[in-house]
Amino acid sequence: MSLINTLARLEAVESGRAQPLTTVRHRRLSERPMVFVPLTTAGEAGAPLGALVGTDRESPRLLTVAQPRDRDLRFAFLADLAEALLPHLDSYADDVEPAERNETDPETGKRVKVEVDLCVDAPQLIVPNRPGIDFVRLLGRSMRFRRTAEQDPDTPYPAPARVPLLGRWLTHYGERARVPGSSLLLAATDLLNRHWATGQSNLEDQHLGALLAWIDPPDGGSGRDAALRAETDRDRRGQLLCPPAGPATDPAFDNRLLAPAIDEYDRARQSLGAAEDGPGADEQLGRLTRAEREIRALLASQARPTWDAVWRGLDLLRELPEGARVADRWTRDRWSFTGHRDRVRSGEPPQPRHDDAVTAAQKLASRETAQAQLEAQEALDDPLVLAGRRLSGEAFIGEVTDVVMAYSESKRPSPRPLITLYSEDRPQLGERTKVYRSLDGKPQSAEFVGREPGGHGLLVVRLTDRMGRGKEPAEGSVPEKGERIAWTLFEHDQRGGPKLPSTEETPWTHGGPPGVEGAGAAPAGGPVAGDAGAAGPVLGAVHLPESRTPADDARPPSPRPSLPLPLPDPVTEEDFL
Amino acid sequence: MRGNAFEARVKADGGTELLRLLHERMGAGARPPVPGEVLVPDLTAAGPEGRVARTALALREATGAAGGSAAWTLLVHPLLALEVAGSPAYLEPDAVVVRPDGRWIVVEIKSFPMIDSSADPSKVGAAARQAAVYVLALERVAARVTGAAVDHSVLLVCPRDFSNLPTASVVDVRKQLSVTRRQLTRLTRIDDIAASLPEGTSFDLERCSPAELTAAVDAVSAAYAPECLAACELAFHCRGQARSAGAVEALGRGVRGELGGLTTVGAVLAAARGESTPGVADDDPTVVALRRAAALRAEALESVPEGLEAVSRGPGSVPEGAVAGCR
Repeated sequence: MSLINTLARLEAVESGRAQPLTTVRHRRLSERPMVFVPLTTAGEAGAPLGALVGTDRESPRLLTVAQPRDRDLRFAFLADLAEALLPHLDSYADDVEPAERNETDPETGKRVKVEVDLCVDAPQLIVPNRPGIDFVRLLGRSMRFRRTAEQDPDTPYPAPARVPLLGRWLTHYGERARVPGSSLLLAATDLLNRHWATGQSNLEDQHLGALLAWIDPPDGGSGRDAALRAETDRDRRGQLLCPPAGPATDPAFDNRLLAPAIDEYDRARQSLGAAEDGPGADEQLGRLTRAEREIRALLASQARPTWDAVWRGLDLLRELPEGARVADRWTRDRWSFTGHRDRVRSGEPPQPRHDDAVTAAQKLASRETAQAQLEAQEALDDPLVLAGRRLSGEAFIGEVTDVVMAYSESKRPSPRPLITLYSEDRPQLGERTKVYRSLDGKPQSAEFVGREPGGHGLLVVRLTDRMGRGKEPAEGSVPEKGERIAWTLFEHDQRGGPKLPSTEETPWTHGGPPGVEGAGAAPAGGPVAGDAGAAGPVLGAVHLPESRTPADDARPPSPRPSLPLPLPDPVTEEDFL
Repeated sequence: MRGNAFEARVKADGGTELLRLLHERMGAGARPPVPGEVLVPDLTAAGPEGRVARTALALREATGAAGGSAAWTLLVHPLLALEVAGSPAYLEPDAVVVRPDGRWIVVEIKSFPMIDSSADPSKVGAAARQAAVYVLALERVAARVTGAAVDHSVLLVCPRDFSNLPTASVVDVRKQLSVTRRQLTRLTRIDDIAASLPEGTSFDLERCSPAELTAAVDAVSAAYAPECLAACELAFHCRGQARSAGAVEALGRGVRGELGGLTTVGAVLAAARGESTPGVADDDPTVVALRRAAALRAEALESVPEGLEAVSRGPGSVPEGAVAGCR
């Protein structure tokens, strides 16, 4: 945490209210976000208990699993979840605009522009907190390798039809959430923490109820007291008034309310089974329905406060105007959504369990680029964020006191004006350090020449580009006396790193080897290569993963298994998710 | 509940599955264990001391046996003793295996899943710290047995993917070992803490009134940090104390490190406002940086256009139009 943000926290401690960290909103909020509040069974590896999901804050859809250990009920829950989420995703998939994308021509190796579709908008998914994002990822992982009866008639426990597809989408959203600055899948706590500093620690800030209490105390009183109430207040039955935002539920709730309700459900189901068609069957059916309704009511009581809190958080965030460069980052999210839509439509297999070396390196590089870009863009969009960079000497604001025309010493002299600036900031400038300013949204660079002798805070920089081709600089490209300009020592745009070799050109340590039959069979899709290699004819014979089922081995070996189905997870009598 | 069921499943059948996994990951070229020939000594005894002695004996026997017959020994729930702050603590690892070459290996069985060969790092970290304490306690026993050595890697057994089939991974706990060793030597002895308390202080929940208990707890000094909230039931109490004392640690350990000699919220804010604090020089680098930070923050907040002022001061007071405008 930088000192300026620490100071904001301390101010919040003193005032009892959260203090702003930004003056604009640095993330896109969709007009119609899909909010997803999942609940999971505490102590179990992540068997879903239920969820509230929907785009309408007044009428969320409640999905529950009455007995989390029952596979059929769990599959029914996942099928309902797919019913709730997939139509929303689909509704964005066909609204497209033409766009251009750079691609490498496979034959000539030249960069060519290709006309492609780009979705006009992308569906946004909002969860309450970071464990919620992890849960989305976990759900995605658990579903994408399931097989439906249609894909594989022999599969022991076939999944409902659209469940594997939902798994692929949730995996994609979970992966995208790791890209700094992306807004496809966001946690409400992360959003609020980016924009406000509370008077508590980062750890306590993960509590959505307490966080909201600091930012917007319900009765306008002290945020600290309201946060304490949100953390600890319990009702007569010992239940938290502000239940945890999940996915794990409060142990007191599990033990005192949920466990008895599930036991009653189990007993009702047993007696219904015992009654069969006898005279008591109707009565037992009624009992089962009541037990199920009771569980639904209990889960709703835990999820609904979180649901309302997420929407309240979104209201608070909408009051901030969107930062100027947020749209640029959102465009990248739209590309990401469109790209995955295309992969699904072209029938590619689900994302592999492990990325191959090239894909992993690419992902890492792109996330680093995105992080640097995000930091630069936030500082340019927001004076309060820029203040932090000014404090650390990475940026400065200077008033132009003098402009002297000068020219480069080449054959065709180009303008290299010297600008003298007055600044109270203390940028860390060395000789010929490059500095940048934003000119009509594009970066203009200059280099540091020196400090004016005798004059305190007088700096001289030489402009080096964006002044046109002529001898005289283009109009408006050179600052005038009296202008106040923000300069940064960091670049505004991030260039991607060098191109990485394709999978076929990497050595065996990285998914190759070159010139061997098995590697050539890997589809060019890159992300698929990891699994395809393992299931391919050559490698598969040497290195048999232990989970290969007889059905896989019986598949006739084809010379080019371009799109093999990845191996499903091992399935046992009792398993989760 | 699932944890117990999973542990029972892993150890079922005389530990066949567990030893198969262990041999696969940490066999070190030893002969694979043959089901039925694995020694599973009975460790029941009266009282914790008895169980500790029984465990030590079993370990000694297993190590002696290992030298000749190349047998594997599985100790299920052995009991170990370790001195913590001057008083004995009893530890019960899930299992300890003695390899035919006489090496002792700690096995930790956990119920969180290992998905695609990776598990939640925080949970793995907690398991590694826990296992390191077992290794430490075992080393005390091994020091008295010739030919015995405790492996500094432990075997972590978890459910694989979403099933309840076990899978295992070797976790190197050398780092956790040295940290635990250091912490154990630095702990204040319980006798010393007790000696510093006023005469007659008691923490007996049944005999003391709430007021007496509060006074007793307050008599012990605490170094609160937000991390305590996840681990200690008294954390809310300590947090309340730290907050009312204005300690900056309540905001996180990192914050304290950033603020140098300024240890209270009041002192930091006073320094930021340009007031002098007794004991801290005006040209202290932290004070200078704080003043600049305060000035920059104020300047940036002032530059926000009028309409946003309400937002930056605290939301809720923005006219409705502003909200509608964003939608």
